[in-house]
Amino acid sequence: MILKAEHITFYYRRKDVPVLKDISLSVSSGERVGLKAPSGRGKTTLCRLLAGYERPVKGQVLLDGKLLKDYRGICPVQMVWQHPETVVDPLLRLKTTLDEAGHVEQRLLDHLHIEEEWLDRYPSELSGGELQRFCLARALRPEVKFLLCDEISAMLDLVTQAQIWNFLLEEARRRDLGMLIVSHDDALLRQVCTRVETLPFETGGDNP
Amino acid sequence: MEPILQIEHLSIEFIQYERGTGKVRVSPGMHKRSLPVIRDLCLEIYPGQIVAVAGASGSGKSLLAHSILDILPYNSRREGVIRYDGNLLTSERAEQLRGREIVLVPQGVTYLDPLMKVGPQLWKGKKDRETKQRYRRALERYGMEPETENRYPFELSGGMARRVMIASASAEKPRLIIADEPTPGLDVRAAKRILGHFRELADEGAGILFITHDLELALAIADRVAVFYAGETIEEADAADFSDASGLRHPFTKALWNAMPEHGFVPAPGAQPYPGQAETGCLFSGQCAKCRPECLSCEGIPLQSYKGGKVRCLYPGEEDNR
Repeated sequence: MILKAEHITFYYRRKDVPVLKDISLSVSSGERVGLKAPSGRGKTTLCRLLAGYERPVKGQVLLDGKLLKDYRGICPVQMVWQHPETVVDPLLRLKTTLDEAGHVEQRLLDHLHIEEEWLDRYPSELSGGELQRFCLARALRPEVKFLLCDEISAMLDLVTQAQIWNFLLEEARRRDLGMLIVSHDDALLRQVCTRVETLPFETGGDNP
Repeated sequence: MEPILQIEHLSIEFIQYERGTGKVRVSPGMHKRSLPVIRDLCLEIYPGQIVAVAGASGSGKSLLAHSILDILPYNSRREGVIRYDGNLLTSERAEQLRGREIVLVPQGVTYLDPLMKVGPQLWKGKKDRETKQRYRRALERYGMEPETENRYPFELSGGMARRVMIASASAEKPRLIIADEPTPGLDVRAAKRILGHFRELADEGAGILFITHDLELALAIADRVAVFYAGETIEEADAADFSDASGLRHPFTKALWNAMPEHGFVPAPGAQPYPGQAETGCLFSGQCAKCRPECLSCEGIPLQSYKGGKVRCLYPGEEDNR
């Protein structure tokens, strides 16, 4: 399969400053594409567009030539976010949060080192790294073909980071997943990606 | 010179209520238990010094920051002594000083008020020109345009939100800065620039407690490094000791070193024990390749001096024979 962004332009509230302008990118199954750019240049926005959370103002996002909204059931493109504490319901126990996405295989829980005991906790009782494991388990449904990882290990210690990436790489190989990996860590990108793209500088944003 | 911050034998426990039977019964079918999240922590920071606390996620690093500021949740209990500038840091004193002399750069970008524009959040109710200019300069210092003041937090990227929080803390001329994971989500250039600013603030006389999971970053900037694991300091060392793996004392510190993407990306198996899980013995035993029977049976391991630093391990020397 191939996930393609074709000439997308996107802006938030302020129409004079596009976050992304005429951006094209493609990721095939089995590929792990690294994405880097200075902060505020639209990396997260690009992920949101590719995962279907936002619609581009111009251009389109196609999965095997079809628009994402034409796929039924679980969206085959899933995103894992930079701040896990902002994407889990603070008032639900994590068990409930996981179940919302349907049954999660025990194998995933084991490989991600999710302890039985954590399932009964609320998000505020777990650390960022522990929450991120739940977010990964939730995103890795069998139907999922592409995984967009937005700085998913920036808040993890080195041992946990190595654990999670070793697991993800194995899972990606086993399932022939396509991945887009956003990170500021060049050493990490060299270690996990098949190729690395840098967002061009004329794409707006407001940093010097 | 007196330390600006002195922490002696700090322990933090959480009180939880659970269904079922337990030691302390509060009502039929409910019992109370306490979870130790930080145990026997000692730390000193001198003016002008940057002390990094590096550790696994979930090892209690943020709780350390919150306990200094006295903003722990209501169901926690704290033991031990915290001194600021030579005197005991009581709740009243912490309340007076925080946000002024003692500032926090929080970990989560959720600490910004989502319903308030950046400018008013920074000014904290003041509207005079002097205050506004001071914060405008602070924003500039971290590479943001004055226009940022008119934005809501949701319009900022992760890295920009983080720089806003750092600007907010550093513009107050603090004497003690507690930076809780200030750099994830920043590109290397911005992270380096911010670390440079921390160094400047330290050189101007502030003490800095730099909490991070990123050992590399800690080493780039800190004078001393304390490594945290499951709520305990397991190693304390000068930053220079980390220049290669052989200078390190504890097996977990070595595991961190080996897990760096540029040093092999080798993950140590297992996970750190959850508070209350292990009652006796070495907390790292579950992940340690060199674990011996004595490591499991002993009654807590003291932090001992070893090769010019401190380590909490029964056989620190054994590691050298690898």
